Amino acid sequence: MDAEAAKLLGAGFAAIGAGLASIGVGNVFAKFLEGALRNPGAADAQQGRLFIGFAGAELLGLLSFVIAALLIFA
Amino acid sequence: MAAEAKLDPMHQFQLEKLAGADWNIAGYNVAFTNSALWMAIATLALIVFVAGGMKRAVVPGRWQMAVETFTGFIDGMLAANVGKAGKKYVPYIFSLFMFILFANFLGLMPLGVVGVHAFTFTSHFSATGVLAVLSFGIVLIVGFAKHGLHFFSLFVPHGTPVAMIPIIFVVELISFLVRPFSLGLRLFVAMMAGHVLLEVLSSFVISGGNAGPALFVIAGLPSFVLMVGICALELLVAGIQAYVFALLTCVYLNDAENLH
Repeated sequence: MDAEAAKLLGAGFAAIGAGLASIGVGNVFAKFLEGALRNPGAADAQQGRLFIGFAGAELLGLLSFVIAALLIFA
Repeated sequence: MAAEAKLDPMHQFQLEKLAGADWNIAGYNVAFTNSALWMAIATLALIVFVAGGMKRAVVPGRWQMAVETFTGFIDGMLAANVGKAGKKYVPYIFSLFMFILFANFLGLMPLGVVGVHAFTFTSHFSATGVLAVLSFGIVLIVGFAKHGLHFFSLFVPHGTPVAMIPIIFVVELISFLVRPFSLGLRLFVAMMAGHVLLEVLSSFVISGGNAGPALFVIAGLPSFVLMVGICALELLVAGIQAYVFALLTCVYLNDAENLH
């Protein structure tokens, strides 16, 4: 396998990371909704923490995108 | 260029020198690029938006209401995350949030219809990185000015066992030092990925249409419908990313103001 093919394969594998991060982002919002529906009164105050968790989960998926972009374009 | 059917999704991020290709400072070119042009447009739009709402009418009109909603939103965010000490950061966080929000939305405007090519400068790490370093610099300055060397206690949470302190210190230090990178990287990658996605989908529509009516119906039309949906999603992402950037800056400022 030459280096170019290995790079493209690696970029494809990096997409797995993006898919897994989507599970994480889904989990963040699912658990928030679960909690919010049980106690709607406390939900609004926790929205900041919801987005901090979302940002953390999303960043890791975006990192895999960066790796894929680096493999293809750099 | 009509024969060139293959679209380059990265071409939209290319910087073009609009003026001053020979302006050099210490060996570096400081030409006025399309990125700088759209930064200026975003700033101008922001100034017009805020100036329109500064009437201070007792019964606010729609415009004043819109501006006051945003300032109230930022004020509430700082009050919730930093507390009373957060009041003095409202101008900074407001400028930061609105600048990123305007930049993201301006980049998504369908201005190509009238022949203007919108440029999303938040899809460049050099732009978002500077914003992130600015936020991080303010955190450092405030932290050291307010707490002096006591600021380093941020890296040793309360109640850490003595044996664990060397490890915890290193871990906390690293997590503190990657903040500007994660802050800038998140915004830049989110905006770039969205625009690449739109470009790839639009290339499906165009090459599907060029390949004949059957392929247009099979591939072009569904791609077009998907693209409209993704556009709506991108508007959401543009708002969320601006919000997350401002929110995380608030959280970091809280660390600087109140330690743990």
